[in-house]
This record gives sequence, structure tokens and C-alpha cells, in this order.
Amino acid sequence: MKYLIAMIRPERLDAVKRELQKIEVNRLTVTSVAGYGAQKGHLEIYKAMEHEANLLEKIKIEIAVEDVFLQPIIEAIKTGAKGNDGYIGSGKIFVLPLEDAIRIRTNETGPDAI
Amino acid sequence: MAINAADTVWVLISSALVLLMLPGLALFYGGLVQRKNVLSSMMHSYVAMGVMAIEWVVIGYSLAFGEGNWFVGGLGNAFLRGIDPNSVTGTIPTYAFIAFQGMFAIITPALISGAIVGRIKFKSYIAFIALWGLIVYAPVCHWVWGGGFLTGEALDFAGGTVVHITAGMSSLAILAFLGKRRGYGVDSLKPHNVTLTLVGAGLLWFGWFGFNAGSALAANEIAAVAFITTLIAPAAAGLAWMALEWHRLGHPTALGFSTGVLAGLVAITPAAGFVTPMAAILIGVIASFICYEAVEIKAKLGYDDSLDAFGVHGVGGITGALLTGVFASVGATGLLLGNSGQLMTQFEGVVLTIIYSIAGTLLIGFLIQKTIGLKVSESDENIGLDKTQHGEAAYNI
Repeated sequence: MKYLIAMIRPERLDAVKRELQKIEVNRLTVTSVAGYGAQKGHLEIYKAMEHEANLLEKIKIEIAVEDVFLQPIIEAIKTGAKGNDGYIGSGKIFVLPLEDAIRIRTNETGPDAI
Repeated sequence: MAINAADTVWVLISSALVLLMLPGLALFYGGLVQRKNVLSSMMHSYVAMGVMAIEWVVIGYSLAFGEGNWFVGGLGNAFLRGIDPNSVTGTIPTYAFIAFQGMFAIITPALISGAIVGRIKFKSYIAFIALWGLIVYAPVCHWVWGGGFLTGEALDFAGGTVVHITAGMSSLAILAFLGKRRGYGVDSLKPHNVTLTLVGAGLLWFGWFGFNAGSALAANEIAAVAFITTLIAPAAAGLAWMALEWHRLGHPTALGFSTGVLAGLVAITPAAGFVTPMAAILIGVIASFICYEAVEIKAKLGYDDSLDAFGVHGVGGITGALLTGVFASVGATGLLLGNSGQLMTQFEGVVLTIIYSIAGTLLIGFLIQKTIGLKVSESDENIGLDKTQHGEAAYNI
């Protein structure tokens, strides 16, 4: 089992969801977060003062997956998050090993609980 | 006639009340859009306060109320030439009259912005409202109130035709160029903050007392009639909309109630000083039912009139204008008192306004489309207009 964390642009969320639905992945958790990477934020000019606004709004997606689904899900997120242009700041995907999963209602564990 | 102090006070206060409808409209629309388009939507109302106020004193007032022909006023009062502090219109200083009417010229194009949120370039919006004020608003205002061919014929107490039908039909027409928001019907385009919308609806109602009761242009019994009908019709309309939703969808939503209130306000506008409070209840309920259906049908037809500028202002305005011809009983007579001619006159006014508003808007849309373009690029639309048009964000971490 793997735990997958993806950081994407907020405006690509709907496209990513669409791509995931195409391969019938219909479980995910989304958080609105702030951060920056290679893009180093951007400069905002506000009331004539320059602010180095390093923190950009991003969307964090988290999905627990069985190993066989990992590659298709990564492809789907890449397709959705990149769009037509895929310029700097399109985001990243991290894959973590997942030790266990427990469904609270039924006590199922492991892949059955995902 | 001499200046009457009480009338002057009432019109000046009413003018300020009408201007308060702009922040109200900004909040109403701002809450209904996505997070990324909040400021751009609100700016549509705010920039109208700048552009239209200046346009009004430079040329708009003259085209609407200056000496002219059956169609439009002349340029005699451009730059408010010929008007000084001692000028009198009716029983109030002409400056008070100009200010009051100016508020209407400001809010009317801002109403249209509800149809086009999230996809129009800001500079194109400014060009649009400036041209619209000259080509559509000023002539129709002249027809109905400024001495044109409908003045004294069609009943329009506070602007059901001049304001709401023109704005509502133009909302529909401009969609010919702007189309739908990307993701319409596919992605979630849910309102980002309905609490803002409710505050906006409250401010609109509050300001509307100035809009309608101020249109008596005097502190008298007609102003009181318009005031109480402006309380009653929206109340009935809000309840009717809520009941419809509750019955059909299972929940009485806050958004539904406030939309109903708005439909009631629009519908009572042409009738405000001409009908009794009991007739206002009927007008509110009928308008709510018709606007509710219009909003549903429009969605099924795939028109992305995003915030129901057509569904509420266009349809509500038409309903109100026609019902004025039915229920008029104060200072005028309608169908129920045996004057079927009035309903025909109302109908004529409505049809001409619809045709003219659509034609004028299509012309303006075409001109802007061919010159500076109307719609933002796909990527700008995805990122949102707050960031791409204004370089700002409504909410920061």
C-alpha cells in the first residue's frame, strides 16, 4: 500500500478530479494549503508597497492506494495538474509507504480498508 | 414652483440610500461567485460608481432628461450646462434631481455584471458600461421619464422598465459574446460565501426604500405608498420562493429566500406608488413563482446567466411592469378597475424596451468584441479574475 500526496495549482483541482473519476478513483482528501517551490513565490504590488509574497495558494491531495493502482493514479494526477501548458509551479507528487489502514466502522484492516 | 424643504430632504436621503445598493449588489454577487473571482465581481459594482457618475453629469443626464425629441434628449445640458444652484425641478433643486437619477444610471449597468462574472476583461467591462449608459440606458430613460414617447403613457414608478428590463435583457444578450463559464455544468461553481450574499440582499432591500419611495420625488402620501409596498412585496416574494423550494427540493434555503426577496423588489419597482399593499402581496407572490420557473428553465437551456441577472431582473421586471397595468389603483387605473388600455400600453412599453435593449447590447458587444475583445484567455479564466485582472486576492493566508 502507498500513501500519495500531491501538491497542485488550485485552478487544476477540478481537472484532476475529472481525470481520477475517469479511472474510477472516487476517494480522496483535499486541503487548501500555502507554500512555494522552485517558482519562489511571486511579487505583489499592493498600495505602492512591494511585498515578496512567497506563499502561494496550493491544493494538497491525499490518497491511500493499493500498489496496483499507483501508476494509473499518478498518470491521472499528472495529466490533470499539468493542463495544456505545464509551466513552472504545476506541482509535485510524493509517494510514501503505507503501513496499515483501518476502517473504523468495520474493523477491516490493510487493503480492504482503503 | 418653489423649493419644498421636506421634499428636498427626502430626495437627498433617498439618493444616498440608492447608492448604498451598490455595495449591497457587490456583496450579493461577490458571495455567489468562486473564491478566485470575489474582488473582480465586487469591482464591477464599485467601478460603476466611478464611471457612471462621471458619465451622468458629463452627458448622460442631458441625453436622458434634456430637451430633445421623442427618442432621446439633446446635448443642451451636457456638462450640466444651464443648471445652477437655484434651478428647480418640480419642488426640489435640480441638482438633487440629477443626483437621484444619477444613482439609477449607476446601478443599472452594474446589475448586468451578474450575468458575466468570471470571464469578462475588466477594461472591456468598463467600455461596456460606459457605452451601455449612452446607447441603451439614456434613451430608454428619456422614453419613459424624460419627455420621450412613453412619458405619461406607460406606468413605471421607479424603474421596472427603465432599470430592470433593460438590465435583464441586456444580460441575456451579452451572453451571445461571452458564453458560459468554463466548467459550467461540469465542475463545481458553487457560491463561495452565502453569508455575504445575505448581507448584500439586506442592504439592497434597505436601499430600495430610497429607490422606490424616493421616486415620488416628494415627501408625501405617494412616497408612503411606495414605501409600504416595498416592504410588503419582497416579504411575500421571499416567503413564496422559500415555500416553492421547500416543497420541491426539500429545504428552505437562505439563498432561495434572498433571491425571492430580490424578485419581489424588482417586481414592485414599477408598481410601487400605484398599488395598494394588498396588491403588493399578490405582485410579490406572482413574481416569485414566475422568476423561480425562469431560473429553472434557463438552466435547462444551458444559459450561464451566472447570478440570475436575467432570471430575476429581466423576468421580474417584465412581470412587474405588466402587473402594474393590472393592479394600478392609486393615481392611475389598471385592468382590475376596467382600464384595459393601460395593460396594452404597459405591454407596448415592455416589448419595445426588450427589443431595444437586446439590439443595443448586441451592437455594443459586437463593437467591443471587434476592438479590445470581451473574454479573458482560458488560463486567466482558470486562475481567476482577481489575480489576473486586478493582481489581488480576496483571501490570503
